[in-house]
Amino acid sequence: MSTNLSQLDEVKTGRWSGGRNPLSVEYGKLMIWIFLVSDTFTFSAFLIFYGAQRFAQPNWPNPDIIFESIPYITEHGTPLVFVGIMTFILIMSSVTMVLAVEAGHRNSRKEVIKWMIWTIIGGLTFLGCQALEWAHLHHEGFWFGAIPDAYRGELEQSSIQFSSLFFTITGFHGFHVTTGIIINIIVLFMTLANVFERRGTYLMIEKVGLYWHFVDLVWVFVFTLFYLV
Amino acid sequence: MGICVYFILFSLIFKDIIMATDNQPHTVVDGVEEHDAGMSKKKIWTVFYYLLALTCIEFIIALGFVHSGILERGLLVNIIYIVLTLIKAYYIIAYFMHLKFERLGLVLILGLSLILIVYFIILLFIEGSYLGLHIY
Repeated sequence: MSTNLSQLDEVKTGRWSGGRNPLSVEYGKLMIWIFLVSDTFTFSAFLIFYGAQRFAQPNWPNPDIIFESIPYITEHGTPLVFVGIMTFILIMSSVTMVLAVEAGHRNSRKEVIKWMIWTIIGGLTFLGCQALEWAHLHHEGFWFGAIPDAYRGELEQSSIQFSSLFFTITGFHGFHVTTGIIINIIVLFMTLANVFERRGTYLMIEKVGLYWHFVDLVWVFVFTLFYLV
Repeated sequence: MGICVYFILFSLIFKDIIMATDNQPHTVVDGVEEHDAGMSKKKIWTVFYYLLALTCIEFIIALGFVHSGILERGLLVNIIYIVLTLIKAYYIIAYFMHLKFERLGLVLILGLSLILIVYFIILLFIEGSYLGLHIY
């Protein structure tokens, strides 16, 4: 066979002729990175519009007053506590994800399963908290384009912007968390079915992990811009 | 100017490619060099404590200073919040998302678009304050 090979068909090994992988990442990992960059654009567009509104409006509803309840515990006077718990849960699930990735590097199937389950639990808890937060705000009268009567008057225009943007951006983030959980569950079942064991590498955990960390990263920004600033 | 930035970035990428070929042999799987994991369990928890500490600082500022009235809500506090957020974002991207341990070429490819987003942010904030002054 080798006698039939022309010189052009020979495998190139030189540094400048394709013999070396310039970025040194696997195809799927590069693609998930590119996807995350495009997703960054979407979230940036939302958050930049939010920022531009904050600059444009002469006033803005006080987040310490809007987000001051803890569901089932107290209605008033505890700003930031509930969202603090949510933030902690999401950072925690990011840590368990990175521990799953680390276990994947050591090809330790048992630990990958353990940490993936914890990650999924963390994600579901966060989603539940967000549902409670949404239900509470909806109960108060905030919804897409709708505000409680107490905010009519001077604050009306900025409050409508606030509530629409809040539900759109946290909703879009919650959608990402939901898909992240679904993907995590799929990957957990693949691990249970020994797919990666047969493949010889747990790289898929790393790719899913990238997506999950991105979700956490977006929340860091949403938290600062909606609850603190 | 944009073209200049591109040239600088690409020369950095190529420099990285040339330099990186001269180091020790790697194990090659599917044409992808397996580099060191870079993150031990201990390091993961260290980064977690950094993130937790940064969030706690944000809470102390928000509840201890702003809510009790020691500091005014305003530019200074907002800048502190945003700087703390960016530090948190750096830790998540660099360590959790492992970008610090990737090739410089990949870092630059992904980072370039983020630099342009910062430009976009500045533009729209200027636009926003213009609207605030002239319309509302």
